[in-house]
Amino acid sequence: MHDAVYRAPPIDGLLIAPLDEFTAVYHRASGITHLLTEPAPQILAVLGEGGLSLDALLDRLAEDYELSDGTREALAARLDELVEAGLVEAA
Amino acid sequence: MRIGPIGFRIGSDWRSPIAQLETLYRDYPKPTDSIPDFTVRLFARRPWRRLIRPSVEIGGDYMLPEAAPLPLRQGLLAAEMAMNLQMALGARRYLLLHASAVERDGRALLMTGISGAGKSTLATLLAAKGWRFMGDEFALLDPATGLVHAFPRLISLKNEAIATAEAAWPDARMGPLMPATPKGDIRHMVPDAGAIAAMDVPARPVLLVFPRYGFEAETRPVSPAEAFVRMTQASTNYVALGEAGFHALTGLIAEVPSVAIDYPDGASAIEQVEALWAAL
Repeated sequence: MHDAVYRAPPIDGLLIAPLDEFTAVYHRASGITHLLTEPAPQILAVLGEGGLSLDALLDRLAEDYELSDGTREALAARLDELVEAGLVEAA
Repeated sequence: MRIGPIGFRIGSDWRSPIAQLETLYRDYPKPTDSIPDFTVRLFARRPWRRLIRPSVEIGGDYMLPEAAPLPLRQGLLAAEMAMNLQMALGARRYLLLHASAVERDGRALLMTGISGAGKSTLATLLAAKGWRFMGDEFALLDPATGLVHAFPRLISLKNEAIATAEAAWPDARMGPLMPATPKGDIRHMVPDAGAIAAMDVPARPVLLVFPRYGFEAETRPVSPAEAFVRMTQASTNYVALGEAGFHALTGLIAEVPSVAIDYPDGASAIEQVEALWAAL
């Protein structure tokens, strides 16, 4: 599963409204509103429509954020949640 | 009749609920261009139920199949519930917030909470102190402007709120007392003339309050995320409105502070609201 390429919806497929530590995200394709906390909005922003593998995503996030041990597992779990929510596609 | 921007056409198998509506809504205008937004029907499920133990089913453009019929003596309640039902299921022009609203200096205060939290009572008491009553059931948020439109239908007073409102508004016109309805004792009150006269004037929402009756007086801020979630639950058509609802609600939450108020009695609540308003 984690060798898959993860894709976010196209940039105009989401409406994003930061509230506080939560961000409200409206998914145009489903009409569902999601309430996300870090790092989910950042994951969606980095993934983009083109998609990335888990390792490529980890590398990209490491460019902008300080990452610690165990991040790979945590990131995989967050990605699974986003797939479950319908906000990310895994192929 | 027209309440705020919403026009209704009401039909009934019986004369009495219509007569009560005609009396209580006598100062309200007709729908714009005589075209109603919603049709409301009060009807007997079987023809003989018009006469024998008459019971009122509610319907119109939209129906809820599981809605229980009411006895004819609660016909006015049935009419109000049927009007609310059409609004809740059919309104698309506005984001419907299950909230009461009052206005002062062109700025609106919204109050929302579960049944019994005191939405109607507080709006009624604030109106007695000079605020303009905009509605006790729905506040209509226009996604295009961010303004709240009034929906000052009859005020639905329940149980002890009846005496409280009667004391605050001794000259108000009241509907019949309907004891032991599914919602307890209910009596409808006609909003004051100023509220009806100004019902076409929208207002900019500036404060969102979540009142809770029956607790020691306490005021605490509500985080934007919590307020957002509570308002999606307090809106009957948030999902149906799609993107427009998302923009309207995130815009409201971004601009308007949200505060929870616990209060032991009406006087205390008014003091708390006035203090919050003064600090804006």
